[in-house]
Amino acid sequence: MSFVTVRDLFQSYGGRPILERINLEVEEGEFVSIVGASGCGKSTFLRLLLAEEQPSRGDIRIAGAEPAREPGRERGVVFQRYSVFPHMTVRENIVAGDSFTRPLGRFFGAARRAALRRADETLARIGLAHVADAYPATLSGGMQQRLAIGQALTARPRILLLDEPFGALDPGTRLSMHDFLTELRAQTGMTVFMVTHDLEEGFKLGDRVIVFDKPRWDPTDPEAYGATITYDFDARNGGIPFQTIKEETHVLRPA
Amino acid sequence: MRLINRRPGRVLTAFLAALPFVLVMLAYMVGSDIRLAENPSDKLMPAPAQIAATAERLLTEPDRRSGRILFWYDTAVSLKRLAIGVGLAASTGLIFGLLIGLLPHIRATFSGFVAVISMVPPLALLPILFIVFGLGELSKVVLIVIGITPFLIRDLSQRTLEIPREQIVKAETLGASTFTIALRVALPQVLPRLIQSVRLSLGPAWLFLIAAEAIASDLGLGYRIFLVRRYLAMDVILTYVIWITLLAFMIDWALKVLARRAFPWTGASL
Repeated sequence: MSFVTVRDLFQSYGGRPILERINLEVEEGEFVSIVGASGCGKSTFLRLLLAEEQPSRGDIRIAGAEPAREPGRERGVVFQRYSVFPHMTVRENIVAGDSFTRPLGRFFGAARRAALRRADETLARIGLAHVADAYPATLSGGMQQRLAIGQALTARPRILLLDEPFGALDPGTRLSMHDFLTELRAQTGMTVFMVTHDLEEGFKLGDRVIVFDKPRWDPTDPEAYGATITYDFDARNGGIPFQTIKEETHVLRPA
Repeated sequence: MRLINRRPGRVLTAFLAALPFVLVMLAYMVGSDIRLAENPSDKLMPAPAQIAATAERLLTEPDRRSGRILFWYDTAVSLKRLAIGVGLAASTGLIFGLLIGLLPHIRATFSGFVAVISMVPPLALLPILFIVFGLGELSKVVLIVIGITPFLIRDLSQRTLEIPREQIVKAETLGASTFTIALRVALPQVLPRLIQSVRLSLGPAWLFLIAAEAIASDLGLGYRIFLVRRYLAMDVILTYVIWITLLAFMIDWALKVLARRAFPWTGASL
């Protein structure tokens, strides 16, 4: 039994199919990049993973649990925009990752001081300690996304969903965000799903790259059929799999 | 250079801003002069000097019968009615706005109802209010509440709905309950909007207050204006009108400052 199991997933809006017959098994700790043309259902698939919507048919299970009916703490998410709370300072945004489960959404007294200390540690790790008291609107796009990722990770989700997280960033910032994400992943060993428009980014960061496309196409009625997973690449080792020699004996190893 | 790209300098800006006020005052003074030259006992356009004298008398001399300075007494009574009415309307608007914006069931129940209710002309209800609540304080406060609450509810529920879906989902993934989302995500972002909506609805609130006071009251700014109308006391009326304008302007300004101080994160967007 794999960690995330997607079985016979269909999704249609008002009789118009978006996704058809999607089956996917993902192991714990895998990084799955999701690519495809615009309007081919990548984001719909992510919303289904997030349990923001319910599929028309089929189900998604995490670690064998019952399919979720609404988003919860086991799923973390970072959107392209609007992922942090504009009315909270950077530090409060991180604290919110813990405190929102409390009855009033706040910590008090000693618990509050401990949470603030933890938040400062997190901020130091993600390199935002110097802007802890600023409001997100004053931060650059890259810093906002770093904050959003840090906030999502504070809740310790089982899977992290990224919806074009670096889509609105300039190329330089995007590269440094790649390093940041790679580092964080090495530390936490999280299972990540990332929707992206950028193929290079998908292959660079992902262990797997899955491609959404419409296998059937009716030229007179382009919306007649939905999309499904058409390719499932192994993106490890720079996209060239089977390069690691597993034989122990009678093998000539490169020096 | 195109007109849209030409900007006045600082001195010119100040001059242009003052210009309409000066022009209106000049026009009044000239008109008043002409009328008074023709008929020294003309009451319609008293000379500015006479208005100033009347204002001084109103602001300082106590009423001979009650011993109170009616001007300040009227102001206090009217402001109290306005504050209670606007306060009630704002709290109702905030609570219902949040509920309608956040909860689909409440939205399905009330959004159509509020849309229809907000079309009822409040002044047409005034007789009913007088019959039901009597001629006392209550009916005046209720008129203000009825007059501006539907607008506040509609505006605030709209603002709540405009909170990006992403933020709500994000809060859900952090484990927030509906109550926590309302308290920690929606409420703080709607509060600055509440102040803006209250600023916008202060105009109608004054209108309803003065209308109610004009029809049935024995104190208040609106009552005084409509009382002295019978004696064609334009100097008193003008003093009161200028005072009401000043009050409304100061309340508006105070709310603007409050919004900027209390919600620093809104930045320049307000």
